[in-house]
Amino acid sequence: MELSALKTKVYIKEALKDERLRDAVDKATQTAIKKRADKVQQIPYWEELRHKAHAVKRQVMENLDTYLETFEQRCQDNGVVVHWAEDAQEAQQIIRKIARANNVKTVVKSKSLTTEEIHLNKFLIENDIETLETDLGEYIVQLLDEIPSHLTAPALHLTRKDVGRVFHEKLGVYYTEEPTELLTIARQKLREKFLAADMGISGANFAIAESGSVVIVENEANARLTVGLPRVHVAVLGIEKLLPSFRELPVSLKLLPVSATGQKQTVYVNIISSPLRQLTGEGPEQVHVVLLDNGRSKILADPQLRETLFCIRCGACLNACPIYQQVGGHAYGWVYMGPIGITLIPQFLGDMEGRYAPYVSSLCGACYHACPVRINIPHHLLKLRNEIVESGHTMKVEKIGIKMWAFLAKHPRLYRFATWFPGKLQKLHPKPFPAPGYTKERALGTFDSKGFRKRFYEMQKGKKS
Amino acid sequence: MKVALFIPCLSEHLYPESAIAMVNVLQHVGIESEYVENQTCCGQPAFNSGYRKEIIPLAERFIDMFHDKEYVVAPSGSCVTMVRKFYYDLDIRDKLKPALDELAGKIFEFTEFLVDVAKVEDLGGSFPHRVTYHDSCHLNRELGVNEQPRRLIRNIKDIDFVEMEQPDICCGFGGTFSYKFADLSTSMAARKCQYIENSGAEFCIGADSSCLMNIEGYLRKHNMRAKTMHIAELLAKSLRM
Ligand code: SF4
Repeated sequence: MELSALKTKVYIKEALKDERLRDAVDKATQTAIKKRADKVQQIPYWEELRHKAHAVKRQVMENLDTYLETFEQRCQDNGVVVHWAEDAQEAQQIIRKIARANNVKTVVKSKSLTTEEIHLNKFLIENDIETLETDLGEYIVQLLDEIPSHLTAPALHLTRKDVGRVFHEKLGVYYTEEPTELLTIARQKLREKFLAADMGISGANFAIAESGSVVIVENEANARLTVGLPRVHVAVLGIEKLLPSFRELPVSLKLLPVSATGQKQTVYVNIISSPLRQLTGEGPEQVHVVLLDNGRSKILADPQLRETLFCIRCGACLNACPIYQQVGGHAYGWVYMGPIGITLIPQFLGDMEGRYAPYVSSLCGACYHACPVRINIPHHLLKLRNEIVESGHTMKVEKIGIKMWAFLAKHPRLYRFATWFPGKLQKLHPKPFPAPGYTKERALGTFDSKGFRKRFYEMQKGKKS
Repeated sequence: MKVALFIPCLSEHLYPESAIAMVNVLQHVGIESEYVENQTCCGQPAFNSGYRKEIIPLAERFIDMFHDKEYVVAPSGSCVTMVRKFYYDLDIRDKLKPALDELAGKIFEFTEFLVDVAKVEDLGGSFPHRVTYHDSCHLNRELGVNEQPRRLIRNIKDIDFVEMEQPDICCGFGGTFSYKFADLSTSMAARKCQYIENSGAEFCIGADSSCLMNIEGYLRKHNMRAKTMHIAELLAKSLRM
């Protein structure tokens, strides 16, 4: 599937027709919601944690330049090389250069949305560098040549049966739909690759300014092998991943697994602060950190919308979203999907390419309620819609219609006439209004020409007399 | 006690009975209603579609009209949200800002007003039917009103109140969303209506006419059993009004 946020409308239509997909997504999200709710219930100070995390993120975003400087400095002290990438292309080139300099032929990757954002796999493979995903979900998605359909569960759109089929077809193994067997198959295939890889590429969940460390949480230990076995480790992260110090980490470590997978704790927390080979004789000889901007500093400049950078990519808003639940992640046509995705699409891709995205929401607010860092997504969608209107990317007829309506609403008599009229019209013809999509599956309400006002006055009169 | 009525467009032009029921119920508990002449729309449909400067004049006249009332009450959570919360996103004249603060503190959704302000939870009526309650998103999540309507319902004698599965999941209306992404909106409505049907309720009660219109439209078109009813009408009916 070609990535295009502009095709969102088409993708959504297609997704709605796909019952297998809807079933898979619905089941997976319902399970995720229940697991999460169950854990949240066990944490009496959950709301307090959310507020704390929000406050930390706010503070970081307001002083990001200072934290980034400190982070760079500490990294250098630790022997970690820091690279700054303005955009996706620059990040790609930086990574290619590191690979070239170290004669890298094969790369193993652990799960990273930031590298999806810069289309790294495709780029590396085009440059004759064998690149392999090692997170189970990512591995499956890569075998299918797809992109992840969920922030934390890349293969959420697939059922166990689907995965069994993919393994059977692409890896030539026997068909099974047993999760443990599937995992064993993947492990066996990946183990050789881990041992042979020249370079490991990871993302990061958090970066600690005070100590120049990168923090990666995971359940499968594949990230640990990715960053620990090959000679070279490259971590690619967006500049918003910073935390001031380790003191702020526990709040996030508590919120993230509960929100993402309904676990009280993640299985592994990896903290990488320096190349270990010199010290211990194991681990990578070189550690590189690529700090990616790719539009983030522009978002940061807006005091309201910068909140969309607080995201820790837990996926809770996706699971909670009644729209995501029906269409899954691919329908959004971009690497970040669901409620947070539709706030990021116009901000990353521009108001033209992103002019539909913020409208793919009924503004129900379930996302905001689920979000561990309290990102008020509906509020930001409203602002983004306004920016799209102001930039002239809405339909002319709509604009004219709104202007006419606003004019009428300022003139009560005219307004009353304009709203009396439809009732009369509806009496003559039951379906006078062009609302084709709306009325296909829904009956229209009946306009009442008399209205409340008249009835109220009549009632008052009746009482007096 | 006297309240100024804020009658949202849908209540004025499509569902006046629910607003009339609200007036009657208020009167039953000794609260007088006043209709503020010349009120029109609060601007929400346009605001939700991204239009802001176009509706500033509407917001300003609304604030002007209502800010000096003792209380303002509306049979809709989303229209109250618009005034109480979203008006702050508009560049209204500085002069009107104190008036907006004042208004934001005294505009209430109907059930919120009854329970939290008028301190009425038990109206003493009876309604021997099975009902379920749909949480409207703005009312529930923006205003935090979900317990109040339930208390009012539970206190009705002989009523058989059942919770449907996921009572707080969106019905898919979302204003202009319902025709901009009609298929999506419909499939959300379908799910909601399935939950209503599964609950076995004869009536799906709600506190926002917009959601009820959407739900009712789907139920009717698909010949499903349940009917929708605004909570004001339920209370009025329970009192034989
Ligand atoms: S917006 Fe919030 S809920 Fe959604 S992925 Fe980001 S942190 Fe998680």
